[in-house]
Amino acid sequence: MTEPSRKKIGVEVSIAVSEAVKQCDVDVVSAYPITPQTHIVEHLAELVAQGELDAEFVPVESEHSAMSVCAGSVAAGARTFTSTASQGLALMAEIVYCVSAMRLPIVMVVANRSLSSPLSIWNDHSDAMMVRDSGWIQVFVENGQESYDHIFWCFRVAEDEKSLHPVMLNMDGFILTHTIEPIEYWEDEMVKKYLPPFQPKFRLHPEHPLTMGAFGPPEIFTECKKAQDQALIATMPVIEKAWEEMEKICGRKYSAVETYRAEDAKTLLVTMGSFSETARVAIDEMRETGEEIGLVSLRLWRPFPFEKFRNAVKNAENLIVIDRAMVFGGPGGPVASEIRSALYSGKKRPRIVNFIAGLAGRDVQPDDFYQMVQHAKTKIKDGTEDEYEIYGVRE
Amino acid sequence: MINLDLYAPLMLPKEELFTSGHRACQGCAEALAVRIVCKALGRNSIVAMATGCMEIVSSPLPTTAWQIPWIHVAFENAAAVASGVESGLKALMRKGRLPHKKITIAGMAGDGGTADIGLQALSGAMERGHDMIFVCYDNEAYMNTGIQRSSATPFGASTTTSPAGKVKAGQETWKKNMPEIMAAHGIPYVATACSAYPIDLYEKVKRAALVKGPAYVHCLSVCPTGWRIPSGDAIRYGRLAVETAAFPLYEVIDGKYQLTFDSPKLKPITDYFKGQGRFRHLTPEAVARIQERITRDYEKLRAKCENVNK
Ligand SMILES: Cc1ncc(C[n+]2csc(CCOP(=O)(O)OP(=O)(O)O)c2C)c(N)n1
Ligand code: SF4
Ligand SMILES: [Mg+2]
Repeated sequence: MTEPSRKKIGVEVSIAVSEAVKQCDVDVVSAYPITPQTHIVEHLAELVAQGELDAEFVPVESEHSAMSVCAGSVAAGARTFTSTASQGLALMAEIVYCVSAMRLPIVMVVANRSLSSPLSIWNDHSDAMMVRDSGWIQVFVENGQESYDHIFWCFRVAEDEKSLHPVMLNMDGFILTHTIEPIEYWEDEMVKKYLPPFQPKFRLHPEHPLTMGAFGPPEIFTECKKAQDQALIATMPVIEKAWEEMEKICGRKYSAVETYRAEDAKTLLVTMGSFSETARVAIDEMRETGEEIGLVSLRLWRPFPFEKFRNAVKNAENLIVIDRAMVFGGPGGPVASEIRSALYSGKKRPRIVNFIAGLAGRDVQPDDFYQMVQHAKTKIKDGTEDEYEIYGVRE
Repeated sequence: MINLDLYAPLMLPKEELFTSGHRACQGCAEALAVRIVCKALGRNSIVAMATGCMEIVSSPLPTTAWQIPWIHVAFENAAAVASGVESGLKALMRKGRLPHKKITIAGMAGDGGTADIGLQALSGAMERGHDMIFVCYDNEAYMNTGIQRSSATPFGASTTTSPAGKVKAGQETWKKNMPEIMAAHGIPYVATACSAYPIDLYEKVKRAALVKGPAYVHCLSVCPTGWRIPSGDAIRYGRLAVETAAFPLYEVIDGKYQLTFDSPKLKPITDYFKGQGRFRHLTPEAVARIQERITRDYEKLRAKCENVNK
């Protein structure tokens, strides 16, 4: 095991993320500015302008073109990065679906932000949930260090010959992107050891002509889709291995489903993204008052880690799932719905209480988690736990 | 002259990079255009193509008509994808990850994928100055989806979304001047061409490929199905489009205009309209109005050209 470097520096998380992209020695960056992603791409443009990063920075006229440029450059065999949020992700959504089916290993940071209308620049997960079924590997991070570490992870997972999938790193807009945090940078040597150069199995080159993105008549389309689904599920070992190797390199341990004080907990909070960090604080406080409560933090959203998740909640009686996006006219938040279907066929099923909180940047503090736990208790007592609650909404 | 017309096309390279067996309609002059353009591009090329007739007919899985590397992603983004391929190769060659080699990058789309839904991506790619060619195969409607009007559909043409009826006489707007829009980007090379003039098309694509920076070729590509003409008549109508100046052939090289086909006496537009189902409903008044506009536009174009007697 390499001795982890211990130096931590205070830096805005967006800057740290772009420094990680630089350390990956990307060949092409193509992006269109949108709050709260701007600091990431501005810093990358700056690194290219200063000659610190040898890459083509392609300042496109829209996010739709950003993802299209990425498709072309990665198909040519270049390591490729982009970043967007909210309306930008919505505009590029058409191509988001194309590139995963074409198995083009692009890495994209989504600085999660709500979707219009009304227009809002603040954080929630409605943008990510819109492309939930796009076939990308999707991961959520809790803090600045995780954001930085996961850039290396994203490229490794995307480009691995056994994966060849685009990877989306979701980090909460403003809450993470614009915060200054103490971050431990990797030495370039560590990156080199962790991330092999991109050696595409297939690339557009006159020496080996091939046809990419062909048309799928009905006789073959279903088979294509089954193959795509299997391929995404089959990335799981690559994903796990990339986390194991990361621990060896930098000493930090990550996994698809993470738990905190969960072993003996009757009630588990289930969160994704930066919620999880706040929830830990709340859990410590509640534990002091004797509450048997713990946390399950869902890091990997696609492919969904069914086995790990079922295992993590197997002893719990109650799950309090906190979503950060709406499903209009649907059964509750997207994470809660997912978890319900993941657990439905089990013999012993926990109760699931669903809250939707923190929409468009509305602050969710440790006390709010406490409040949600109290509301959950009441709902369970009243037998209304199946009805989701938009926490803190003014009626 | 007649002999030259007949035999000159035989002097094009024999190698087919867009091979037979694709599923285009009989007599499709858009497929012919693709074939000639590929001959001009040669083996050291990569094509990014938009959704449309040519994409659909050439790539039904698990077959392909493409002997050169080819990528299709969506309808409106061929220019962006091509610019990404160009950027990727540029970075890889500069960083020593790929051997240096001249590879021609070509974006291709129909008139819809160029002048309508693809205009923004194309404008962006041209403005950014990528070293690439973009070829528009203009068959004057959205043929792939069933002959709907585009902004490149000529005035008066009946399509499924600009149908001629009791109160409407087909397309009510004038053909968008796409080559002029490209010329306004100040790119080093713009040309119009037509697959009814194969040698001219071939040479223009060759010139476009040699240019450093963005080049644009707008190729009128007669579609017998959509124009409602017999499948054996595509070449004849392509020639008539040029001879009547409904579609003049010219180049804009570093901002300088020159006609590549000039006739001392243009044929009347009625020669071109006759026999085309899409214009069948036009009244003599409508035809006169179109003739007037065509004559005026052609004079305007001639006035800009440096190689004609004014
Ligand atoms: C975003 C989007 N909108 C609409 C379509 C449907 N569509 C596919 S091809 C096409 C028309 C193509 O017309 P054109 O570019 O002129 O090419 P042609 O088929 O005429 O060669 C349309 C409308 C699509 N594939 N994608
Ligand atoms: S519809 Fe027209 S352009 Fe399309 S394949 Fe048929 S003839 Fe060619
Ligand atoms: Mg068309």
